Amino acid sequence: MALDRWIALILLGICLTYGYTAWFTMDGSLAPFMKRNPIWPSTFPKVLSVLGIIASLIILLGLEKSETKVGEIDYRRLGDYHLGQAVLLLALMVAYALCLRPLGFLGSTGAFLILGSFILGERKWHVMVPVSVLTAVVVWYLVQQVLGIYMRPLPGVIGG
Amino acid sequence: MLEGLLIGLQTALSVQNLLMVIGGCLIGTFIGMLPGLGPMSIIAIMIPVAISMGDPSAALILLAGVYYGAIFGGSTSSILLNAPGVAGTVASSFDGYPMAKQGKAGKALTIAAIASFAGGTIGALLLMIFAPMLSSVALLFHSAEYFALMVVGLSAIAAFAGTGQVAKAMMMTVLGLIMATVGEGALFNLPRFTMGVMDLQSGFGFITLAMAMFALPEALFLVLKPKTTQGGGDGKIKDLRITRSEARAIAPVIGRQSLQGFFIGVLPGAGATIASFLGYAVERNIATKEEQEEFGKGSIKGLAAPETANNAACTGSFVPLLTLGIPGSGTTAILLGALIALNVSPGPRLMIDEPQIFWAVIMSMFIGNLVLLILNLPLIPYIAKVLSIPRNYLIPFILFFTLMGAYIGQNNATELLLLVGFGICATALKFADYPLAPLLIGFILGGMLENNFARSMQLYDGIGFIWERPMTLGLLVIAAILVVLPSYRARRARARAAGVADGD
Repeated sequence: MALDRWIALILLGICLTYGYTAWFTMDGSLAPFMKRNPIWPSTFPKVLSVLGIIASLIILLGLEKSETKVGEIDYRRLGDYHLGQAVLLLALMVAYALCLRPLGFLGSTGAFLILGSFILGERKWHVMVPVSVLTAVVVWYLVQQVLGIYMRPLPGVIGG
Repeated sequence: MLEGLLIGLQTALSVQNLLMVIGGCLIGTFIGMLPGLGPMSIIAIMIPVAISMGDPSAALILLAGVYYGAIFGGSTSSILLNAPGVAGTVASSFDGYPMAKQGKAGKALTIAAIASFAGGTIGALLLMIFAPMLSSVALLFHSAEYFALMVVGLSAIAAFAGTGQVAKAMMMTVLGLIMATVGEGALFNLPRFTMGVMDLQSGFGFITLAMAMFALPEALFLVLKPKTTQGGGDGKIKDLRITRSEARAIAPVIGRQSLQGFFIGVLPGAGATIASFLGYAVERNIATKEEQEEFGKGSIKGLAAPETANNAACTGSFVPLLTLGIPGSGTTAILLGALIALNVSPGPRLMIDEPQIFWAVIMSMFIGNLVLLILNLPLIPYIAKVLSIPRNYLIPFILFFTLMGAYIGQNNATELLLLVGFGICATALKFADYPLAPLLIGFILGGMLENNFARSMQLYDGIGFIWERPMTLGLLVIAAILVVLPSYRARRARARAAGVADGD
């Protein structure tokens, strides 16, 4: 089964869960006076769940024929591409999200940019480090001073 | 109208807004040139900046400038590298790149700039004429018609997705609508589908979703598959002049394509990409035999046609946004989200309640086009240097700005985790050839669609509004036809083809 149909199966599951909530469990907590209203909070979701189930079934059962064309990237040969780099970069983004508060903006951003280019194969430390640190400082200045949005610059321990 | 024009000029010509246009065009050109970053990603990245400015006119002017700049920059990389930065400029590389290979890169860029300028300017003139007309009609609409109109818009987007794709586009639209129902709606003040998670109480963040749908998958694709590019000709850009006879040859092309591109842009779902391909095809078909030979080998007409059409279509796509408040494309959907965040509700009342926004945007379109022509064209040889930034630096920076965009909007690190999660899902969807723009459009329209639906249900005490209001019924019938027709036609074509194959 091709990837698009697997995804349709997952989406069907999502729509079924969503539909179950909308049709059966949501209205239980509705205040009595609201039941006299022609529209309930669950009305629109009910319609959506039906439409979603129909659309995902059409894709899943292959009712709408389409020629299988290979997109920009052929996911069947994912190993041929730089998959490792992509996964590492995603992990780096998650790490950045977790470190942003505790480590402060300047440190985490500098580290993110340096490690990012390191993962992609850059080894010129004398370019990487100044460019990354400079960017971190400039962006912090712009966001904090010009746009006026507070971002903790230094690790919380030092009192930043 | 004259009064409006003057208000618009006054707003657009303020120093701050002039800087916004110039800055927006330059930023757009810079980033649009980078292969792999489309106008949607650029605008999504710029939104936090625009929103924090607080002034809706300035924000919209900045974002519109970024939009044209991106299309202009995209055509530059199409011509010089045969690596379109933007889908709407793919057709420009058909003839632009051969011209660059023949050493006529400067001439190609000039033609592209003039064609873009003319397309954008004529488009803005048409917008000035048609938007007020449409919005005075739209003032007669009730919530029932609005509901129906949005359904038509959403179905048109699914219908234009092409054969074999209608179900996928519809699925994505419905998914976007489903995601819009998560959180506390304005109508009921009841949290829905939050699964008890506090962070979902206010719903999904629109900027996070926009970044995750467009910027992140595009960046990941760049990581997975580095684009191999080779420069055209000797890489030097010189001799920007075009001759009088060349100007005479492209003038009618520009005239026709401005009109055609504009009207294609107005249709929901059909944007700059469709307009540019169609423009190229039409001009090739009506050209003389000798000129047809030239197409694909460096024809100036073949370059002028898609360049005019995509710019006119960009302008055209503002018509439904500004008059009905219904975006027809992913880019205008993002603009709509930015406007809502700035407390402006686009729609027919916009022209009456806040004429300075409406007219300032139109005026800034003229100024923006002029900026692109007189400021960017001479600068292009220098701006093109950005194409030589090594990918090792570029990609971490793109990822960083994506993260920043999501973070600044909410000031919440959980948002970043959501961004990465949605980004991975969006990349998987992109692998499987699911279109992502309908999801975002559905998400942005979801709230308005439900509110209008609920209001009409309350007014008519039930679903009766559908058959009691002929216009609503008519619009809904059109929506149904739009969805069913492509698959019906494909089925008939297949049946006919099968009949031929098995024929005795």
